[in-house]
Amino acid sequence: MIERELTFRIMRYNPDEPEKKPHLQEFHLTEEPGMSLFVVLNKLREEQDPTLRFDFVCRASICGSCGMLVNGRPTLACKTLTKDLPDVTTLLPLPVFKLLGDLSVDTGVWFRDMSFRTESWVHTDETFDPDAPEKRMDNAVALEIYEAERCIECGCCIGGCATANIKPDFIGAAGVNRVARFMVDPRDKRTEREYFEVVGNEDGVFGCIGLMACDDNCPVGVPLRDQLAYVRRKMASAGWRYQKV
Amino acid sequence: MSRYDSFVTDVLVIGAGLAGERAAVEAATQGLNVILLSLVPPRRSHSSAAQGGMQAALGNSAMGKGDSPDVHFADTVKGSDWGCDQDVARLFVETAPIAVREMAHWGVPWTRVTKDEHVYDGKVIHEDPENAGLITARNFGGTAKWRTCYTSDGAGHTLLYTLDSMVLRLGITVHDRVEALSLIHDSERCYGAVARCLRTGELRAYTAKTTVIATGGYGRLYGASTNAIINEGSGLSLALDTGVVPLGNMEAVQFHPTGLVPSWILITEGARGDGGYLLDKNLHRFMPDYEPAKKELASRDVVSRRIMQHIRAGYGVESPYGDHVWLDIRHLGAEHINTNLREIATICKNFRGIDPVKDLIPVRPTQHYGMGGVRTNIDGQAYGLKNLFALGEAACWDLHGFNRLGGNSLAETVVAGKIIGEQIAKFTAEASLDVKSSLVEEHLHRQMDRVTRLRESRDGTEYVYDLRREMEQILSHHVGIFRSEDSLQDAVNQLSDLHERAQRLGLRGGGHGGDPELDAALRLPGMIRVAYCIAKGALARKESRGSHFREDFPHRDDANWLNRTLAYWPEGADEPELRYEPVKITESPPGDRGYGEATRGPDSAKP
Ligand SMILES: Cc1cc2nc3c(=O)[nH]c(=O)nc-3n(C[C@H](O)[C@H](O)[C@H](O)COP(=O)(O)OP(=O)(O)OC[C@H]3O[C@@H](n4cnc5c(N)ncnc54)[C@H](O)[C@@H]3O)c2cc1C
Ligand code: FES
Repeated sequence: MIERELTFRIMRYNPDEPEKKPHLQEFHLTEEPGMSLFVVLNKLREEQDPTLRFDFVCRASICGSCGMLVNGRPTLACKTLTKDLPDVTTLLPLPVFKLLGDLSVDTGVWFRDMSFRTESWVHTDETFDPDAPEKRMDNAVALEIYEAERCIECGCCIGGCATANIKPDFIGAAGVNRVARFMVDPRDKRTEREYFEVVGNEDGVFGCIGLMACDDNCPVGVPLRDQLAYVRRKMASAGWRYQKV
Repeated sequence: MSRYDSFVTDVLVIGAGLAGERAAVEAATQGLNVILLSLVPPRRSHSSAAQGGMQAALGNSAMGKGDSPDVHFADTVKGSDWGCDQDVARLFVETAPIAVREMAHWGVPWTRVTKDEHVYDGKVIHEDPENAGLITARNFGGTAKWRTCYTSDGAGHTLLYTLDSMVLRLGITVHDRVEALSLIHDSERCYGAVARCLRTGELRAYTAKTTVIATGGYGRLYGASTNAIINEGSGLSLALDTGVVPLGNMEAVQFHPTGLVPSWILITEGARGDGGYLLDKNLHRFMPDYEPAKKELASRDVVSRRIMQHIRAGYGVESPYGDHVWLDIRHLGAEHINTNLREIATICKNFRGIDPVKDLIPVRPTQHYGMGGVRTNIDGQAYGLKNLFALGEAACWDLHGFNRLGGNSLAETVVAGKIIGEQIAKFTAEASLDVKSSLVEEHLHRQMDRVTRLRESRDGTEYVYDLRREMEQILSHHVGIFRSEDSLQDAVNQLSDLHERAQRLGLRGGGHGGDPELDAALRLPGMIRVAYCIAKGALARKESRGSHFREDFPHRDDANWLNRTLAYWPEGADEPELRYEPVKITESPPGDRGYGEATRGPDSAKP
């Protein structure tokens, strides 16, 4: 195999040095078999520029830390293999989120805020009885909850969403999917009306204009299109009912 | 004195993985103020990566019928090679079923018993229709019953998301992207921690009535590890660096049988639990030759050694990354693989470009878990320093002894979180916070001074990433699965040298703001000290027990070594000091595990 010389054009910006405008810096390195962007970026930091900032935690597409724009497309860097990249690759931080430096963005704060706004916990008055067996649940329901709970909060759906890019308060596909997760959960006693108050508005489910880039961009394959349709359907009928009362 | 932010709270929990969050929830529920610190947003903590499941003796599934805390206790003690504290194991097994149900109450979508029949290892399994809808379990190594509760392929993920939802609901303060650098203490009592904001690089002081270490594992000391890259054992050095708190059993390091070659990403035990085989270069299923009873599902230390033994005998598959064996799950079928083992399919596809529905998976034993950690008593109180607690993988409670069973670690995090969280609450309710500001400033100053010296390269120009690589190699080469005197002595000598060089680190970049090189340079000396404790403990322990296997002392030696290593690093010392304490045996006297070398000698099974 002929070794490829790869070029990476990486956005550099340090909020501590606001006088230096964001710019692209070019790096070169030799491709290795099985190389991922996790390997590339760590090599660049350790061998070429120790100030380069980026985030990885699990390096196994599980934790959602490493979302970035790879040649314009939001995806997880840790699961991007160089063999699938052209000779020249541009890496930019995910838009929408607060930039912490270079490729590092504050997805954590965004998702915490969204979780608060959607009240992402099981709402129930029941108290836990340590001596009782667990409440039964049909396994199909458990699987349905898990299907939505699989979101890893990487922010790729948000970074690639036209609406989220212009409307800072839009909860985006991740937020709508989060609501779906609790809606299908029989342990959560919220009524449709209560959900409606949280997401039945333009920053919620009705803010989506249906471009559906999120569905293509989700790196773990959460069926965002279906989840959006499900929540929108429920909220549309709820809205219709509540407007009548 | 430069300006710094300071925070005061009742309970400071360092670490927002499962253990830290569960303890925080308990303390907050009892009305205490809690601050959680984490290197990363809580949901990105390493706990989220656990795919297999957690053990609790519910006995709902057909293959778990007749299970009980007693059986779980026996498995755990046997798995630990009688190295655990049995009072802790007893408390743990009795609480695990409650903890698992409580997590269900809070929102974990555990996989449930269904009425469908399924096939396992050629046998058809009929579930009891009466149990449909109850929490089911899968098979894991080293257990007499199917006891591992799971959510498809995302047990750790759903547990952590659910616990974090409780943290949100209770309004517990979380400071993410913050790293604790040292404990504020006066050698008698702990008063909180000095920390660094990883966004801005600023130092902070957190003072608290009670401080809790829940910082998880240290796998990254061994370059090749299944662990997340933030698992660098910094919580262990927080404790060790006080000079008065010991680390327990650091030589007990678990290697998981199936790390994916060559990224070392974990292929969960669920793969073998659900019926996967290990094959050699001739595609021969070799585990039954060595372990006729438990086959692929003997405990992890045993399976890892058997694989390496088989590779050494010339049956490994050659590769540029060293010899490996194959994991074969093709016979489980596309449907099973793409739901219950979906994460494995994804990992194989993304990181190796193969499809386990039709391809074999290249695997090799890889560093995975540390049984050792901050030594505590049964209430979670650290030895040596008052007002300090520890739990989770960072602690040596000591539930796992010399080998942890798969599924017992997630269980430990939430069980210990519940039990120790309650102890923390009780303790804190009685505690006061009277800390001298001079003590806080002294500890802050020490860290500020380190930062300045590194930035200005005042002590030297050793490069952090070079030294780090050397540390990883020393541990991987000399303190791995098979250990022996000369090699361990080499490791100790080299680490001693490396520790000295680590005093002369200097930065190549500027070290301003949240600079990653500065992060690493502040961390490395502590990491090397923890590595030193591992190597020195392994050199001193002249027997084989659980995961600690000495080729020159291949048998367990209860007469001399039925004890726990305590590693201290006295202030100003240049190496750790080892002491020992007895293991607590309350119910089960040391015996034969029923698998492993004691049952069938290493030469007894030549395929
Ligand atoms: C790939 C993999 C799969 C696994 N699968 C299973 C399984 O199926 N079943 C099972 O039982 N076990 C499993 N384990 C083990 C289990 O997941 C871990 O032991 C357990 O999750 C550890 O939880 P914890 O809360 O102790 O630590 P972690 O979840 O690692 O959390 C540590 C926390 O501490 C924080 N932290 C660390 N240092 C500092 C510092 N200096 N300052 C501030 N914060 C800090 C981190 O940010 C993080 O929030 C697996 C482990 C691995 C590596
Ligand atoms: S580092 Fe965890 S998803 Fe990429």
